[in-house]
Amino acid sequence: MSQEIRLTYREALKSAIREALLKDEKVFLMGEDVGHYGGAFAVSKGLLQEFGPDRIMDVPLSESGFTGAGIGAALAGMRPIVEIMTINFSLLAMDQIFNNAATLSHMSGGQVNVPVVIRMGCGIGRQLAAQHSHSWEPFFAHVPGLIVLSVGTHEDARGMLLSALESPDPVILFEYTSMLNLEGSIPGDAGKVDIQKAKIRREGKDLSLITYGTGVYKCLEAADLLAKEGMDVEVVDLRVLRPLEEDTFLQSVAKTHRALIVEDAWKSVSISSEVSSRIMEKAFFELDLPVERLCGVEVPIPYPKHLEDASVPQVQDIVSRVKKMLKP
Amino acid sequence: MRLNKSNPAPSLTKAEGLRLLHQMTLIRRFEEKSAEVYTETKIRGFLHLCVGEEAVAVGVSQALQEEDYVLSTYREHGHALARGVEPKSIMAEMYGRLEGCSRGRGGSMHLFDSSKNFFGGNAIVGGHLPLSVGMALASKKQGKKNVTCCFFGEGAAAEGEFHESLNLAALWQIPVLFLCENNLYAMGTALKFTHSEQHLEKKGPAYGIETDVANGMDLLDVMTKVQKAVAYIRETGKPYFLVCYTYRFRAHSMFDAELYREKSEVEEWKKKDPIPQFKAFLLKEKLITEKVIEAMEAEAERQVQEAIDFAENGSWEKVEELDRFVYSEKAAI
Amino acid sequence: MISFKMPSLGADMEDGTLAEWRKQPGDKLTRGEIIADVETQKGLIEIEFFGEGILEKHLVSEGQKVPVGTVIALINQEDESEESPVVEIPPSSWEAPIPSSEKLSVSESKVSTPVRASVERIKISPLAKKMAEVNQVDVSVIQGTGPEGAIVKEDIERFLSSREKPEVTPPSSKIEIPEQSRPSVPHHESIRMAVAAAMSRSHREIPQYYLEKRVDMSKALDWLKEANKERPIQKRLLPVALLIKAVAKALDEVPDLNAVWENGLQRMNEIHIGFVVSLRSGGIMVPAILNADVKTVDEIMETLNDLIPRTRAFKLRSSELSQSTFTITNMGDGGADKVFGIVYPPQVGIVGFGEIREEAVVEQGMIGIRPVMDVTLAADHRATDGLIGGKFLAALNKHLQNPESL
Repeated sequence: MSQEIRLTYREALKSAIREALLKDEKVFLMGEDVGHYGGAFAVSKGLLQEFGPDRIMDVPLSESGFTGAGIGAALAGMRPIVEIMTINFSLLAMDQIFNNAATLSHMSGGQVNVPVVIRMGCGIGRQLAAQHSHSWEPFFAHVPGLIVLSVGTHEDARGMLLSALESPDPVILFEYTSMLNLEGSIPGDAGKVDIQKAKIRREGKDLSLITYGTGVYKCLEAADLLAKEGMDVEVVDLRVLRPLEEDTFLQSVAKTHRALIVEDAWKSVSISSEVSSRIMEKAFFELDLPVERLCGVEVPIPYPKHLEDASVPQVQDIVSRVKKMLKP
Repeated sequence: MRLNKSNPAPSLTKAEGLRLLHQMTLIRRFEEKSAEVYTETKIRGFLHLCVGEEAVAVGVSQALQEEDYVLSTYREHGHALARGVEPKSIMAEMYGRLEGCSRGRGGSMHLFDSSKNFFGGNAIVGGHLPLSVGMALASKKQGKKNVTCCFFGEGAAAEGEFHESLNLAALWQIPVLFLCENNLYAMGTALKFTHSEQHLEKKGPAYGIETDVANGMDLLDVMTKVQKAVAYIRETGKPYFLVCYTYRFRAHSMFDAELYREKSEVEEWKKKDPIPQFKAFLLKEKLITEKVIEAMEAEAERQVQEAIDFAENGSWEKVEELDRFVYSEKAAI
Repeated sequence: MISFKMPSLGADMEDGTLAEWRKQPGDKLTRGEIIADVETQKGLIEIEFFGEGILEKHLVSEGQKVPVGTVIALINQEDESEESPVVEIPPSSWEAPIPSSEKLSVSESKVSTPVRASVERIKISPLAKKMAEVNQVDVSVIQGTGPEGAIVKEDIERFLSSREKPEVTPPSSKIEIPEQSRPSVPHHESIRMAVAAAMSRSHREIPQYYLEKRVDMSKALDWLKEANKERPIQKRLLPVALLIKAVAKALDEVPDLNAVWENGLQRMNEIHIGFVVSLRSGGIMVPAILNADVKTVDEIMETLNDLIPRTRAFKLRSSELSQSTFTITNMGDGGADKVFGIVYPPQVGIVGFGEIREEAVVEQGMIGIRPVMDVTLAADHRATDGLIGGKFLAALNKHLQNPESL
């Protein structure tokens, strides 16, 4: 095991893109402002200078057009990384992703496949108001044919892209902009990661916190606070939202008999709805308490900080909900 | 309509003339037979036929090479046949049989045959234009010399994807042929009700794209214009926009009372039917005889019947395989 | 002569009104000619004829509305006997290569591992738990009958009713055995009581009919002999494994017998065959061979080898006793030629296999000696009739005559 290194989530993302570009000349990055601007969130800063405009392609504001072009290039043997600046703009590319990327393999009877990776910045928490604070993860996770990954840790920021680029099928990669400056430690030789299974980020025996994305660090923080009060909770990072890997969280629930699912997305018809259903279907008799959920409040996310904070689960909300569940 | 007739007709050998006439005839017979078996409920779903538009499919395809990519719309049987996709596998596809070119998964609107570089059968209007841009971009990056040919109707020219794709193709200077089959009706709504500028060919130069128009009812004109377009693309690696004015003689799909156009209009266009026109040309130039035409028509008839027999005897994909290929069975790359 | 039908122009077209005949009897029809106008929900549509011929007769008059597929005219087709000349169509300038028929293998379906139950934990549904709390019930003394042996609402209700009227034996539809963890309860007594309760209930509630069929076992026994040649001793197959499989397959064909009678006939989705095991201490128990229809004969044999000793040692899980959907009772070498079972409620049928013995059999006018077995069926007449029962025995016989396909 090599020595741990400390780096930000942004640096982890960038080093993965760089490694991918160096390793395979079929790989190229295309997206709005990825080149001259250096990436809307500075993730690709300096890459244009290093790799040139053929590998780091600035594109016009044509989400459907360039996402479709990425899918087409993948059909014709390239390994494009399409960056949609934020998940909010992905709606303009939905037809390409859902009707083309997700269907072509099945609809053609397996004749073609679409090895494209589509990254997008996600998350709530920077006072961007309703149109720039969407959590559309459940939309994507709804669609068979896609592989949908949520980057909730530094380890995954470093490794998920590299693994996604080895998939023969379209991969959607959710990156969380509120975590970009967050520092974390990963092994110096960290690289590809498994992209089929969820992961236990913290072991515990009293209750399972099941989450993804920004929920992972929030839940870990909540778990630390709860531990001080004698409550031992487990944190499950779903990571793979489609095809949803259920064994990990079902086993966790079988161990703790209690589950709280945490996500930013609106509660109705969400990832947590699905996880809760699966627990009901497959681990019903392991449950000692009803499954509970902490999700986004069902309002367009407002601009003022205090209202924005109140719209999504915070660490303190998780702590108090767990306490209520364990010590009614 | 600005139909440029100034180009000289391409010189044809007897064999080429016969082959082209046969392709158009095969498409026509195939489409008619499809309509027939549709009414017998052998084919279901939507069925869009291209009767009347055969000269475009055949005229374009003859200019393409094996390594070129072709993407098409939901009215694509003619394009697929002209591209060399087997009539049997297309008919079996429409019957929903495992032996169909897409294992019966796609039906009439989703013909795929990767061995012929034929990439659908794309049924969201305009949705495949960005794909064609991406494929041409890949060719450029890979240093390939092939052309990507993207068929679409004039209805698609109203979609945002059309404009995004023309812009991207021009910006990136990539080898794609945007081939607009303007049959004057987006489903049942006439061009004049859907486009502020009905001369769609004006939209190419706005993006700095080389553009031309062709008389889609005249095989020779389509051939001439397409050969020129493809030669330009191969030479420069740049995109090209070609608008073929054409007309579908039959309804938009099967269940269509055609309330939106006069019968007399259809009759007028039928006088320009590309098949008798080309037949007359070949006879006049002594490139064919009545006897050969008769034999060729019998052959087309036989091929269509063979396709029907093949489809009738096809098998159904097992229900257990329903979820095969949701994710690729190809290994990770 | 061909029948020209009201065409179907889409799944949403159900009928059409014949507005006008454009062609009259005697008219010559060429390909693509319009034969009639038909009024539909979408408006007037011209109906074309796709062949050649002479219109013989209208079968539907103008103004008449008929469903899609109705014959609306008869058309006489001319014989096209003249030979067409042959022409070779020149190939295009390129021919795409024949796609290599790459073998595509079905990807292994991902089977998620079932969640393993923790051993000591008492499984109880949320509702049952609530009921237990309200009624101050100690759930550790209750035997669960729900999935995975969990305690469900009914178990609590049963417990409560027995607590209220302790002198009355609770009516039980299940033969329940105490778990080994509670050895103080005398097995044979409680088993006797449970058998008595179930059989009494059957006799009280179920009007049963009985059928019988003699089955020639020579093919089945020959097949077993062959099959056992290749098997090590511990894996040898007994006839009963084959019989269980044949019953499961027959039930698959006659699903009305793989059912329970509870407020009417309710077919069960899975086929779990209960198998009567006689206990040395007296009494019987009926462990289930789960999903016997999808198990191979070898797997059934393995299951039996595991189940029978455990049954006799009282080491069954309660779920193994509560899940069967149909029952078999097998005399084996027990001596009786026939056994008529009593339906085990709430199931609706039980099959009895007598001893296999040699008998003179008349076949195609000749007398031969054959191993035969008498098979009986007792079934709940509320649920099925003799016809269904007969079908079942016929299906069973068919499978036993084709042992290689089992």
